[in-house]
Amino acid sequence: MRKKLGLIVNPIAGMGGRVGLKGTDGPDTLAKALKLGAKPVSPARAVEALRAIKRSGLKFDLVTYPHEMGKDEAREAGLKARVIGEIVSGRTSAEDTKRAAREMLAEGVDLLLIAGGDGTMADVIEAIGMRAPVLGIPCGVKLHSAAFANTPEAAGDVAARFLRDGLPLREAEVMDIDEEAYREGRLSAKLKGHARVPYEPTMVQATKEGSAGFELADQKAIARWVLELMERGRIYVLGPGTTTRAVAEELGIRDSTLLGVDLVLDHKLLARDVNERQILEAIEGKPAAIIVSPIGRQGFIFGRGNQQISPGVIRKVGKENVLVVATPHKLGLTPILKVDTGDAVLDDKFRGYIRVMTGYRQMRMVMVSQ
Amino acid sequence: MMANYRQARWAGDALLEPLIFELGKPGRVGYTLPPKLHEQLRIPKNLLREKLEIPELSEVEVVRHYTRLSQMNYGVDSGIYPLGSCTMKYNPKVCEELASLEEAAYIHPYQIEDTAQGALELMYRLERCLAEVAGVDRVCLHPSAGAHGEFVAMLLTRAYHKFKGDGNRTQVIVPDSAHGTNPASASMAGYEVVTVPSDARGRVDLKALETAVSERTAALMLTNPNTLGLFEDEILKIAEIVHGVGGLLFYDGANLNGILGKARPGDMGFDIVHFNIHKTFATPHGGGGPGAGPVGVKGKLEKFLPVPVVEFDEKRKRYYLDYDRPHSIGKVKAFYGNFGVLVKAYAYILLMGAEGLAEVSEAAVLNANYIMRKLSGTKGYELKFDSSGPCKHEVVFSVEPLKRETGIGAKDVAKRLLDYGMHAPTYYFPPIVPEALMIEPTESEPREELDRFVGALKVIADEARRSPDKLRSAPTATAVGRLDEVKASREPILRWKMYHKHRA
Repeated sequence: MRKKLGLIVNPIAGMGGRVGLKGTDGPDTLAKALKLGAKPVSPARAVEALRAIKRSGLKFDLVTYPHEMGKDEAREAGLKARVIGEIVSGRTSAEDTKRAAREMLAEGVDLLLIAGGDGTMADVIEAIGMRAPVLGIPCGVKLHSAAFANTPEAAGDVAARFLRDGLPLREAEVMDIDEEAYREGRLSAKLKGHARVPYEPTMVQATKEGSAGFELADQKAIARWVLELMERGRIYVLGPGTTTRAVAEELGIRDSTLLGVDLVLDHKLLARDVNERQILEAIEGKPAAIIVSPIGRQGFIFGRGNQQISPGVIRKVGKENVLVVATPHKLGLTPILKVDTGDAVLDDKFRGYIRVMTGYRQMRMVMVSQ
Repeated sequence: MMANYRQARWAGDALLEPLIFELGKPGRVGYTLPPKLHEQLRIPKNLLREKLEIPELSEVEVVRHYTRLSQMNYGVDSGIYPLGSCTMKYNPKVCEELASLEEAAYIHPYQIEDTAQGALELMYRLERCLAEVAGVDRVCLHPSAGAHGEFVAMLLTRAYHKFKGDGNRTQVIVPDSAHGTNPASASMAGYEVVTVPSDARGRVDLKALETAVSERTAALMLTNPNTLGLFEDEILKIAEIVHGVGGLLFYDGANLNGILGKARPGDMGFDIVHFNIHKTFATPHGGGGPGAGPVGVKGKLEKFLPVPVVEFDEKRKRYYLDYDRPHSIGKVKAFYGNFGVLVKAYAYILLMGAEGLAEVSEAAVLNANYIMRKLSGTKGYELKFDSSGPCKHEVVFSVEPLKRETGIGAKDVAKRLLDYGMHAPTYYFPPIVPEALMIEPTESEPREELDRFVGALKVIADEARRSPDKLRSAPTATAVGRLDEVKASREPILRWKMYHKHRA
């Protein structure tokens, strides 16, 4: 049975970049970009990715949306495609992306290739969650999500391999930067959700310990070790992400949050989805520890997606009680970590080499930079 | 240069040469016995078997089967075998012959010591040769593989710290370029493993190391020259950092071929050293062994060595096995090591002598540098780390430029080399170099063979541009074509019984 590949191109994604705008999230910004002479970026990148798949010689069925949302790109790459859905050419929006994702899910695609940026990916996830594997062709200005391949060609290569041989899937964070804040020079990222993304376990820029790792197994291994180290009577502040969720699951906690911060005490969930104030109240006068994982693609361990763990919380807990966990594959995506707690002095305390737990009784010295 | 190579391929009905279990016919025999033997032997009833499921072939069928297999095999006796860090050097035939002498091959480890003095003396002397080569005080020959030696070294480390009453030493540090067996051996010995990154020059990042060490550090495991073929020139500083916190320094001897007679791990500050006899000392190297991974130690660790230790009784002028070692970590191998392998190693050392061993390293390093110089500048291949200075006995090239240009990467290049009648280098290792080709020619290769190898790599780069599909389907001139690795790792068939079940 031939595999089905769905293709959605967001023709607007990335247009803000060259002209200095921070994104193209709204029609106003898009209009501004066009006025500044911005040209579409994503169609060409989508074609690049499709050409890489064509080169692989794989036989598959391509399903896509009309005109500039995929049909044009498929034709340019020399691929036959079945076109579904309706759009108004020249006037596409986030709604089209979401509808396309839903319709392709209904078509039963084996993989959804998305040519776009963080915003596009967030739209896709909003529509279909993790119900189909997706892979991002990087086109946006904002590429903070871990759901993107490194280059359009890499997206094509991984897609072809996934469809032909099968590849493991990992749960990658889908971020969205607050554009308004970004334009004002403030960086504020939200963790929008997770996507199921194919990855190559042996082709990762990582150490030998992780080169044969499959992310789920690695996460479980880290969780096992964290469990061994956990002390009774100490409150653990679990940051968002799939690795910290693995820790909660290892403790037998099934209802921890994926996007929020949870508190754990003596192997039981103490509080779910807490904010800064709630954390401070809970840990007042008690021994505590923080377990965080780098979120997104830029490798931030504080400041993106986990701002509830504020400088106040970190100071109260103490730097020596901060455990950073990350699978070798994750570190392959983000080999240098960053911090942005909001308190420059506190950030400095984390700079330099820190220990990151990468497996069962395995850790790595990783650089935390500016 | 044309790919003229053509390997033999024995196949019937498109299936490669059958297993010996699938050959023969019932009733065929390859022996003759005296006619009334089974009556005369009086074998106890409970040792007699009713059914014997062994192949039934005549002698000529057996000989032909193995001859066909040998023709479909490639070894160092066939051509260059440039696997990085494996040191696939030629095994001199005289060493094989000496090991097959009756005096070496037919003795039994449980013979009375008085009847095995030659064997004991050989091991005693071999220990001292290796100790001299490495700059350590005492050597144990028991470990029978490289990883086995590493594991023994970790057990010695554990015993050392335990003896000092230091129960806090829970971590072992390894560089990110380390061979995977290093962290595995440390883990198996119960340690937490801390990985430190390499710097831009391809050496251990000193700043990272300084942050990584603490009073929990039991040891640092290091290969020098490292797996990038580069000498850890800050080794004295590294030793200071680790010793400074009370940790031990372990030397992985995989790359000893690069420094024989030139530098000694013991002098660099290493406390425990392991050797890969099947690499550096020219004993046969086949996955699965038998190999030998002796471990050498500085004086302070001597008391922990495995039992038995070969000693010489000055008064009675005889060698004996000493089991009276109260602090020993115990037995790590049945008997005293892979004796046959040790005989070959000893013969090799005597064959080369001290000057010869130094020449071995000189030639090995020269050959690797020759390849480095001849290949660098070739479009498609680049050196990722420190291309300014010489490499040691191996060189790591990245095929990333070719991959970007043509989509053809290290793996396809490696596979296509087989069509030129050469074994490929290691690829995708070390993982810190993308599209890595790890090339170790060893000292055995004549210059013409090196030229042939470099020539093939250049031609293959051109082929990648002109006809990449040819490379994607390579090799086609070999007995077996490109393997389905995904299938192999998902459904491994490792034994006759598994195969039998699979076919049924």
